[in-house]
Amino acid sequence: MKLSVEQAKAWIDRTNELFQQQKQYLTELDQAIGDGDHGLNMARGFQEAVDKISSNRYEDVGTLLKDVAMTLIAKVGGASGPLYGTAFLKMSQALAGRQEVNDQEWIAALEEALAGLKARGKAQVGEKTMIDVWEPVVMFLREKGRLIAGEAAQLAKQKMEETKTLEAKKGRAAYLGKRSIGHIDPGSASSHLLFVALAEVVEP
Amino acid sequence: MKKLINDPQRVVDDMLKGFVAAHSRRVRRIPGTNVIVRKDAPVKGKVGIVSGGGSGHEPAHAGYVGKGMLDAAVCGEVFTSPTPDQILTAIQAVDSGNGVLLIIKNYTGDVMNFEMAAELAEAEGIRVAKVIVNDDVAVEDSTFTTGRRGIAGTVFVHKIAGALAERGASLEEVEAAAKKAIQGVRSMGVALSPCIVPAAGTPGFALGENEMEVGIGIHGEPGIEKVTVQPAENVADGLLARIVEDMELNQGDQVAVMINGLGATPLMELYIVHKRVAEWLAERQIHIHETFVGEYMTSLEMAGCSISLLKLDDEMIDLLRSPADAAAFKTC
Repeated sequence: MKLSVEQAKAWIDRTNELFQQQKQYLTELDQAIGDGDHGLNMARGFQEAVDKISSNRYEDVGTLLKDVAMTLIAKVGGASGPLYGTAFLKMSQALAGRQEVNDQEWIAALEEALAGLKARGKAQVGEKTMIDVWEPVVMFLREKGRLIAGEAAQLAKQKMEETKTLEAKKGRAAYLGKRSIGHIDPGSASSHLLFVALAEVVEP
Repeated sequence: MKKLINDPQRVVDDMLKGFVAAHSRRVRRIPGTNVIVRKDAPVKGKVGIVSGGGSGHEPAHAGYVGKGMLDAAVCGEVFTSPTPDQILTAIQAVDSGNGVLLIIKNYTGDVMNFEMAAELAEAEGIRVAKVIVNDDVAVEDSTFTTGRRGIAGTVFVHKIAGALAERGASLEEVEAAAKKAIQGVRSMGVALSPCIVPAAGTPGFALGENEMEVGIGIHGEPGIEKVTVQPAENVADGLLARIVEDMELNQGDQVAVMINGLGATPLMELYIVHKRVAEWLAERQIHIHETFVGEYMTSLEMAGCSISLLKLDDEMIDLLRSPADAAAFKTC
């Protein structure tokens, strides 16, 4: 299966729709263990990204994702801006010049994004961050060797819910220590939505 | 909230417009950004020096843009890191081909955003080095930080690195000098009253009428403990004890001292604090080479102060003394 520029665009559009719908929910998660602006920031940033890409024509997936990255970097703010910005920037570099992306290339781009996220946030699995969703999902896809996005989204949901049991070691929530247990990590929740949107676009 | 502002959402923009109007001889603002650069940037043959962070700490950092100090300051929203695109703009504006040093205060958001900007700049072929200031000895991890926080001692790092860059030193040399300054500087503060972020409208923390917070952060993050307000002498003794516990300071050593007001503390009180600091160091035969008393890194209208000590060697004495001409820092 090949993913076209149009599908990549649809992925960003759909992600944005989900963030607009779930803005309040993400903000509530963040109010519990962070500074309470995650939903607003993601909704604002992705709306800007959609505005940016809908006004341009793209020949390749890399250029499209680079515009998404640069918009998120400038418009999301906080820690989420550089984190999601890094993820999309790494994907854009991995997919530079590609008009169509096959499963292997797409999975490799997600691996690059994961590596970028870990370097930027200096976080590992188990620290109650978005990495707790990204790493198992990317590892799962690599193992399967196919972009089975629906199953990946299911796994993302499960891993997001499991962050509830973790004590935060990175990010603002780490300051709460054990009091962070019992809450879903907001970054893992927004990451889950990214994979849900991907599944809806790849496996409609 | 009682503040001399027009609109809580516009404080940074309004402030920068006023700042540039006041100091147009030295600085300009890059249109469409919150980046303040030296008027003559990029300075040919010179390593560029960029710092920045959330606003609300004035005169940091825009007040340190000028000859012998910073080439650019990137101003975020109040107590919020600037974004990588703005930092990248600053790097591009000051690079003359000799590379750019980023001086970052150790806050998770600042480090992440500056590192990202550094990577974007490097991808464009600009050489970038970065140093992270973590002079606050009060706490290891706090609300905004993993590791120690960067506070007023950062101004010494601006001065040391800025002076060496002005002399035409290489990026590696300027980075090494900045690192040496970071190694040698320690700070700690105390708050007597909280501050109000304009967009929030209410104080970020509470202190009782007779309470003070020892080890306060410059965003009002908690320090070590809340205690009953004490005479200035005891406060100075307490802060100094913690500071020197963490630095090797011996009889005969030379230091620079900074008594920094956090925003609402009169100069009178800062001098009263310094009186004890000077006595305390003299008792230990530690020589004060240079003293700075005033507002260098504030926390909006917070009352209180921080004390910074920078251990000096001959090279640093020379750099500290060399000329600087920024709005908030002048030596000649």
